[in-house]
Amino acid sequence: MTVAVQPVDAPEFPVHSYRADFPVLARKVRDKPLVYLDNAATAQKPRRVLETLDEYYRGYNSNIHRGVHTLSELATEAYEAARKKIQTFINAASHQEIIFVRGTTEGINLVAQSYGRSRLGAGDEIIVSEMEHHSNIVPWQLLCEQTGALLKVIPINDAGELDMDEYKNLLGDNTRIVAVGHVSNALGTINPVAEITALAHAAGAVTVIDGAQAAPHTRLDMAALDCDFYAFSGHKLFGPTGIGVLYGKQALLDAMPPYHGGGDMIKMVTFEKTLYNDLPYKFEAGTPYIAGVIGLGAAVDYVNEVDMDRIRDYEHDLLQYATLAAADVQGLRPIGTAAQKAGILSFVMDGIHPHDLGTILDHEGIAIRTGHHCAMPVMERYGIPATARASFAFYNTREEVDKLVAGIDKANNIFK
Amino acid sequence: MFDVKDLYQEVIVDHNRSPRNFGKLDPAGRTLEGFNPLCGDRLTLYLNLDDDRISDISFDGSGCAISIASASLMTEGIKGKSVQEAGTIFTDFHELLTDSSRVIDLAAMGKLAVLAGVREYPSRVKCATLCWHTLRALLAGDDAPVSTE
Repeated sequence: MTVAVQPVDAPEFPVHSYRADFPVLARKVRDKPLVYLDNAATAQKPRRVLETLDEYYRGYNSNIHRGVHTLSELATEAYEAARKKIQTFINAASHQEIIFVRGTTEGINLVAQSYGRSRLGAGDEIIVSEMEHHSNIVPWQLLCEQTGALLKVIPINDAGELDMDEYKNLLGDNTRIVAVGHVSNALGTINPVAEITALAHAAGAVTVIDGAQAAPHTRLDMAALDCDFYAFSGHKLFGPTGIGVLYGKQALLDAMPPYHGGGDMIKMVTFEKTLYNDLPYKFEAGTPYIAGVIGLGAAVDYVNEVDMDRIRDYEHDLLQYATLAAADVQGLRPIGTAAQKAGILSFVMDGIHPHDLGTILDHEGIAIRTGHHCAMPVMERYGIPATARASFAFYNTREEVDKLVAGIDKANNIFK
Repeated sequence: MFDVKDLYQEVIVDHNRSPRNFGKLDPAGRTLEGFNPLCGDRLTLYLNLDDDRISDISFDGSGCAISIASASLMTEGIKGKSVQEAGTIFTDFHELLTDSSRVIDLAAMGKLAVLAGVREYPSRVKCATLCWHTLRALLAGDDAPVSTE
């Protein structure tokens, strides 16, 4: 007979009590307890977020900014309160600098098409890095096609760190935009974005930071980073899919043309002349994802209570534990060994294709991502078609890392 | 319950480790490339026809164990067969993986039946069928690379 043992929480970080806040973590997959290690793709949602969405739709579903009736006022108030929560969460100077978009991808496209298209011309240069997600490459390639601007690429070293000397060489009189990720989704590298920004500014360029993988793992501080634009997605931050945030410095946003035209982004429309609305509404055409914004506000409340600094420290420890455990696994080669990393363990196996490993782990209830992670240039850099990627959130445990290692051992056994 | 070892049977592991008919045919009457952009699997088929008969076939490329073993087993299974016979095997094999309502005589499928477990994994069916779709296009005389997407 076996007796169920309740896991004991460490007082400094009660991870099991946090896990209980996430209903899906209690489910089984293929008769095994779910071990969810695909957080870099999307994170799970705490009950608080689910209830907030439900309360909105059940209690005060209404359009915002245009009704005089009670429900519309309640919805508008909750929507704008979420904006202020996010302003505080990322330490932005004003709520007018918080633009709601569908996700990181839309945020970057907004900057490329509004800021980039109105300011760049033939011969201007845009710098990205070799480790970017496709969403921080393709919008700039489109802009290059439209304006005649040129794309330059900061190379990475074998550990998966940016070559900062080469970055300094690439910066020049023609550099207009530097677009880099805060944390790499394929490698886990934390990039020195404050330093990258300072160097870009000295060269007269603006920075656009892809924060999709950074937001769930570290405290965001726009004042300290001094970047010009910063985009992140709600769904990786324990909020709903389909909602994200673009931060932009007010002076830049003010001078930019609208991205989409429609309702809510105007003050007055006649067929002769249309007067655009003030920030942030100028960039929020049409009925937004109201429930998503309010839900994201709830997610921010939740992680604030857990505390981003404690999340960072706990995950740092967990990643270190996983990295050491992985080093002992036969045939495992880590991809991305930067000194500064967050949340991600990417690797390849001798004689086992990542997709086969993914299927075998799924049989153990373990969810990881396998493939090129929308970062095909990174795969090319390492000469591999794909990697297996385990990505962590603050609700993951050392026991789950142990299960991952046991699952990889099982795959080794099958393929031996 | 379905065990993962029912999917990764010894035959599949063996054909992945030592694929049969692997390498370029020289000369090859027909050549065609197939790839799966979602996972990066990529293979090239080489084929010689003697009238209506597949006198020789080989492949090379890279991919997961399912795609490599499937290509290896396919080349074994259709070498020496007529184009029409190969077409029939294709149909049976495809239905084996995608149509759970169909009762298939596994014994008649020979070694190819070891891939039956793939039907438990909808996201992996394309791994097993990439070589077959490439073969069908090759036999039809297509020269554009085959993509699963």
